[in-house]
Amino acid sequence: MDLSKDIKFQNRLLLLNASLPLLLVVYDWQTGQIGPNPPEAILRTTGVLALVFLVLCLSVTPMVKIFKISWLIRHRRNLGLLSFFYGGLHLLCYSIFDKGLKFSEIFIDIKKRPFILLGVLAFTFMVPLAVTSTNEMIKKLGRSWKTLHKLTYLIAIAAVAHYWLIVKSDLFYPILFCSIVSMLFFYRILKFLRGAL
Amino acid sequence: MVTIALLVAKNLEYPFRMSDLKDEVTPKNFYLNRRTFLKTSIYAATTAGTTLAYRHFRPLKKEPGGETSQVEAPEATAYKSIIGYNNFYEFSTDKEEVAGAAAGWKFQDWNLEIGGLVENPYRLSLSEILNFETEERIYRFRCVEGWSMVVPWSGVALEKLIEKAKPQSSATHVAFETYFNASEMPRARWAGIPFPYVEGLRLDEALNPLTFIATGIYNKKLPNQNGAPVRLVVPWKYGFKSIKSIVKINLTDKEPPTTWNIANPNEYGFFSNVNPEVDHPRWSQKQERRLGELRLRDTLKFNGYEKEVAHLYSGMDLRKYF
Repeated sequence: MDLSKDIKFQNRLLLLNASLPLLLVVYDWQTGQIGPNPPEAILRTTGVLALVFLVLCLSVTPMVKIFKISWLIRHRRNLGLLSFFYGGLHLLCYSIFDKGLKFSEIFIDIKKRPFILLGVLAFTFMVPLAVTSTNEMIKKLGRSWKTLHKLTYLIAIAAVAHYWLIVKSDLFYPILFCSIVSMLFFYRILKFLRGAL
Repeated sequence: MVTIALLVAKNLEYPFRMSDLKDEVTPKNFYLNRRTFLKTSIYAATTAGTTLAYRHFRPLKKEPGGETSQVEAPEATAYKSIIGYNNFYEFSTDKEEVAGAAAGWKFQDWNLEIGGLVENPYRLSLSEILNFETEERIYRFRCVEGWSMVVPWSGVALEKLIEKAKPQSSATHVAFETYFNASEMPRARWAGIPFPYVEGLRLDEALNPLTFIATGIYNKKLPNQNGAPVRLVVPWKYGFKSIKSIVKINLTDKEPPTTWNIANPNEYGFFSNVNPEVDHPRWSQKQERRLGELRLRDTLKFNGYEKEVAHLYSGMDLRKYF
């Protein structure tokens, strides 16, 4: 009964824990416990969750290599898709609550405000990655799949910068996310350099 | 969290696997039960863990008690929103955490000093402040961050406090300072702005009849998180100009430094009048979210007080003097 081989169980466990925050946000909202500014709270929560899953996705490879937890690799795709899901929800909430689904307004925002542009870019880059995340696409694309999915690094940079730019003065959480992402990048740079030598 | 749970599970099952090597084979239903039990435990433990993690960032809050609706103000924002959503960086940069962080704050030896370029400097004690003969003002309040509320304040016109001190003819500006004590405000060091918090107005702005010194909300004493015991309210300017918990009011002959302007001069000007035509460099000021509403509403020039205050800025380029 080696649970590390029980993919079905692991998938269920991940899905359960990943959907819990969403259920809790909806529950808090419906019971009037989400605070005086619900749209802001929902926008923040979905944005932070997208970042959290992106960071978890990026930490799979180092975890597998350093701690030899090989079964984790099977969840990298789902972690990425969860980040895509929460990122999409975040963008949708912004479009509805802040822009009333007026696309001309959203377009002006993208042109005028770097942090909106960065957020939209991060999400846009996630679309081709999500589309090519199936087994068939991985086989079909072969080597170029790996190259394409290096976009994840650009997404991470854009997402952290997007967060950093909206904060007024207390940069604690942007700095936290930035340091984690930097460490994960540092690991890959080290690996790359070692390979080059 | 999932990883940790699975690692724990792996260790847990170790002795069971050892038993499989023995002569007697573990009965299958016993084996399955144990497996179900283990999985259920992991589901339960991670659910609890994830929920706790979520609740750490979005804690459930108790509703504030007490009677609050003695005020005739149908459009006023709910009392619990006004006292549960505050920018008071000395206590916390999280608007929903300020109330809790400031709850234990005590200020027995409070004094408000009014001085500088005046004939008659004076000092008000806490009891004198709390015994002001107050009037009520229901004002719109617009934060630079893009949210707003309608607050039934009680207090006195700032004009009255200033006239009592008899300003000298050389006085052109008024400087304000917030109480600060690092030991009572331990999270202030993470706020990213310098303290004590300072603000300022031009003398004619300070003497405008709208400019108000508040000591209460909804006919109750100002709660700590809203700037107890005495704060400024300048309804046509962004909220950060309405300095909280004032200890000093000083008349000067030059424009005084103001905290957000020091922290980020490109984004926060000395005047900071509410103006939908002049965007914050990073976000739009065209619209605002009134607390209690889902959709945005249009922001009004001078927060809707154009008639009362626009003359103060006639001939000024409001893009330059933002």
